[in-house]
Amino acid sequence: MNITEARIDHLSDLARLSLPGGEKEEIARELERILDYMAVLDGLDTAGAEPLSHVFPLKNVLRPDETAPSADRASLLAGAPAADGESFLVPKAVE
Amino acid sequence: MELYELTALELAGQLRAGAVTQAEAIAAAAGRIAACQPGNNAFITVADSPAPAPALSASPLAGVPMAYKDNLCTRGMRTTCASKILGDFTPCYDATAVERLTAAGAVSMGKLNLDEFAMGSTCETSCYGPAKNPWDLTRSPGGSSGGAAAAVAAGEVWYAIGSDTGGSIRQPAAHCGVTGMKPTYGSVSRYGLVAYASSLDQLGPIARSAADCAAVLELIRGRDPRDATSLDLPAGGLLCALTGDVRGRRIGLPAECFGGALEPEVAAAVRAAAGVLRARGAVVEECSLPLLDYAVPAYYILACAEASSNLARFDGVKYGWRAEGCGSLEELYRRTRTEGFGPEVKKRILLGTFVLSADCYDSYYKKALQARARLKAAFDAVFQRYDLLLTPVAPTTAPRLGEGLADPLSLYLSDIYTVPANLAGLPALSMPCGFDRSGLPIGAQLIGPALGDLAVLDAAHAYQQETDWHRRHPDTPAAAKGGDAL
Repeated sequence: MNITEARIDHLSDLARLSLPGGEKEEIARELERILDYMAVLDGLDTAGAEPLSHVFPLKNVLRPDETAPSADRASLLAGAPAADGESFLVPKAVE
Repeated sequence: MELYELTALELAGQLRAGAVTQAEAIAAAAGRIAACQPGNNAFITVADSPAPAPALSASPLAGVPMAYKDNLCTRGMRTTCASKILGDFTPCYDATAVERLTAAGAVSMGKLNLDEFAMGSTCETSCYGPAKNPWDLTRSPGGSSGGAAAAVAAGEVWYAIGSDTGGSIRQPAAHCGVTGMKPTYGSVSRYGLVAYASSLDQLGPIARSAADCAAVLELIRGRDPRDATSLDLPAGGLLCALTGDVRGRRIGLPAECFGGALEPEVAAAVRAAAGVLRARGAVVEECSLPLLDYAVPAYYILACAEASSNLARFDGVKYGWRAEGCGSLEELYRRTRTEGFGPEVKKRILLGTFVLSADCYDSYYKKALQARARLKAAFDAVFQRYDLLLTPVAPTTAPRLGEGLADPLSLYLSDIYTVPANLAGLPALSMPCGFDRSGLPIGAQLIGPALGDLAVLDAAHAYQQETDWHRRHPDTPAAAKGGDAL
């Protein structure tokens, strides 16, 4: 499969990553090689096979609707790169 | 015999009997860590003053020094995932496994090295430098739980908790000559484990013996309301149920696992292990496990897809490291992630983003989920006829540092024997079964049907009654070992 530079740009936009010029080409080549190898799956007949996203058929696991304490704000904010004691701080997001 | 040569259960017995004090055990571990760490770099963070167990409870491992792979959240101790993007992140809560072990009297000596976000099989993508193999410091300990396997092998701790998404407990255990187990998916709560691929991730023990692994696993497994995929399993019931009796057990050797790139020395050691189990009364025969060739591509598609979603949370806002001087929120996200993630993690995020894109979803992601269904059905069929499967863990012994990363695709392919158990959610264990001519450990893998954890452990226990590979130590503190281990 041919991975174009435009495709890499689109993927890195979606993943919020920036790749410098040289790196782009390198990663495109590597993805091509990996995806070519993954084409081996085309040889597997999967007609009628239900996609299996989870090995146990768990559905709608619900818990009782009981209140319980969660982590306190101060200790959560203590791990943030920037906080003001009440909130996480980020650069201005809305004009 | 030195304290570090004991198994975890033997040390616990000596602690209970009063022959060794907790302070002596902790000092012995700290001494080994001080001696080995400069050579093998197994730890990312060493505890300043490990807290002894408050009382030597009835728990079978109370007071035994151990350590956690550094992708498990530990309250008050930094948790890095070996990534720059987490910086000195210090969680304000313990993972469930950590909480349960602490309650059972575990003494944490610190946090162990790994591939960045557990993505790798050599421990070389760690931003803290690679952990090294105690049997030969020019070699990789395997990965991603490379630090955990190295630390147990070197005798720095008596057991460790690792995580296994595609072999990350079993393969380093094999490369370092120790025993490691990935339990049935859902056995151990993933709460507090930094997620890589949630439908595949599972926590498990790395220790010297299968009995040690049973003792650890029964402490950490079982239902946890904070992980909806955790299974309602009885507490305990593993260690006391080990009999070492494999008479009549039907063990299959899948022919597909003994060809291709498998090194002849590894094949011979695993077949010899089959012979030992046969001699103890197991019925061992060749069988077929079809579809093996589809496991690695299906695994990497699914693991990367889940990773691309799970790692979206690392954005420099709520925890960890943030790129300096960003003028906008968009720039903050992009620069933090670009500068914070290493190359292998970025590659897997991009690959995952690719296979989930609208025009690729059916041909890659959905196809891989269907391949997973077929592989699980193939396992279901083979377990109609066999109680367990015996396979190699990895095609080769530990690679030289620098060898693996040079050819990433070959590195992915070397996961061929371990990823099937993750895709199908099965319990699987790696046990030492010999050494190659360079003196490097070889591992054999036992795979059981879902919830067959006890049968897996018991067969390994039986094997370890007859052999002493699991008792071998790299001679001197982390000394490089040449070809004299046989």
